Amino acid sequence: MGKSPKTPEQKKYEQLEKQYETKRPLLKNVLKAFFVGGFFCLIGQVITYIFIYFFNFTEQTAGNPTVATMVFISMLLTGFGVYDHIGQFAGAGSAVPVTGFGNSVISAAIEHKTEGYVLGVGGNIFKLAGSVIVFGVFSAFIVALIKTILIQLGVI
Amino acid sequence: MLQGSRSWVFPTHPAILSTGVVGGPFEKKGNLASDFDQFYDDLWMGQDTYEKANRTLIEDAVQIALDKQSLQKSDVQFFLTGDLINQITPSSFAARTNGIPYFGLFGACSTSMEGLALSAFLVNYHGAQHVVTGASSHNSATERQFRYPTEYGGQKPPTAQWTVTGAGFAVIGEGKSVTAPAPRVTSATIGKVMDMGLKDPFNMGGAMAPAAADTIAGHFQDLGRDPSYYDLIITGDLAKIGRRTAVEMLKEKGYNFPDHQFKDCGLLIYGENQPVQSGASGPGCSATVLYGHLLNEMKKGTYKRILVVATGALLSPLTFQQGETIPCIAHAVSIEYM
Repeated sequence: MGKSPKTPEQKKYEQLEKQYETKRPLLKNVLKAFFVGGFFCLIGQVITYIFIYFFNFTEQTAGNPTVATMVFISMLLTGFGVYDHIGQFAGAGSAVPVTGFGNSVISAAIEHKTEGYVLGVGGNIFKLAGSVIVFGVFSAFIVALIKTILIQLGVI
Repeated sequence: MLQGSRSWVFPTHPAILSTGVVGGPFEKKGNLASDFDQFYDDLWMGQDTYEKANRTLIEDAVQIALDKQSLQKSDVQFFLTGDLINQITPSSFAARTNGIPYFGLFGACSTSMEGLALSAFLVNYHGAQHVVTGASSHNSATERQFRYPTEYGGQKPPTAQWTVTGAGFAVIGEGKSVTAPAPRVTSATIGKVMDMGLKDPFNMGGAMAPAAADTIAGHFQDLGRDPSYYDLIITGDLAKIGRRTAVEMLKEKGYNFPDHQFKDCGLLIYGENQPVQSGASGPGCSATVLYGHLLNEMKKGTYKRILVVATGALLSPLTFQQGETIPCIAHAVSIEYM
């Protein structure tokens, strides 16, 4: 996979280029991600309370409709062309929460509509979110497996 | 005529007879809006896909260039162009529309000068009376192929560049067909593929700088010239990082440029307040800036001799995912107003 060692000339160039490269503003990015991500969670918390106080949900059951509502909102924002601008500003703050998942699904669906509903939308809708699902399910499986083994051994 | 190891001089001085430059909504808000012939206010350009929109840009720019000279498509012998989309379909499909015998080129963002050098060669050696050449790109069509869906909220690093939505095309004709002063192609230097081991597709300027520096130095050596020969050396789309790096590399090779003599198309086209990170890129970048802004400036007398060095990163979405480095190329064409 293209792992040929670098020539001295390439190494020298890399050093030169690094001097002129604009660095990512790490601290600024982290702070923006923290506050925007936190703000999303705040909205989520408000929605959870709405479900608990105005609908027939408990603290345990309010999670699912909250996630669904948040994803729905992020899909609307994606469709209206707003979410990518939030993403450029907030980075991980808008990519990591569940709203980022909604954005990756709907943006791929919009993008591939031109190739038709079956091969385009259907075939590509999970292009970005697919790996989240695969590794999410897989890591859940591993964690459950460890827990099962520990229970069988009488550790917990 | 070959001069040195990889340069052509064109003794008959093929002339750039007319140009057509078309842009999108983002370019309309840019610094060089007055140098475009036409804009679309919508990225779809009345089409139902972005790829068709890219084709529309090409068709319009070619038509505008031909109309300015009152030429018919049948008056043109060859059409040389390329773009960034897989298998250069926008270009080939536009060639289907205009019916001009066609050479499809792929040099990524260096396509504009690859096409101009070859066109000048064809015209200089009587291979054609008129050739239409140029390059185009479409921001959304490119984003979706090389990066993420356009509405995906991924954060771009400050090294990233913004692909220009635009097409710039020119009609190249025999030098003797115009007696009045005109922009003429006098020489060209063909680049070799350089790879300095950079892998980040969000830092194209940094990857392309060595190719630009190599071609510029090669041009001076082959033609026995030094930087003072030109009023302006202008690179295609090195943007902030690549331009600084290229200037430094040329300094090491012994060529010094004052700031105003070494510019980059990717830094001219957009305004300071437009969120393009490092600058602009795309085959349409150097094509629209040269065939619009720079030639207008030459006509005004700002520049008499310029060297346009279009730079291209020859990667594909597949190669960078497979961990390959980014090979780059640059072609230089000198244009003199005489």
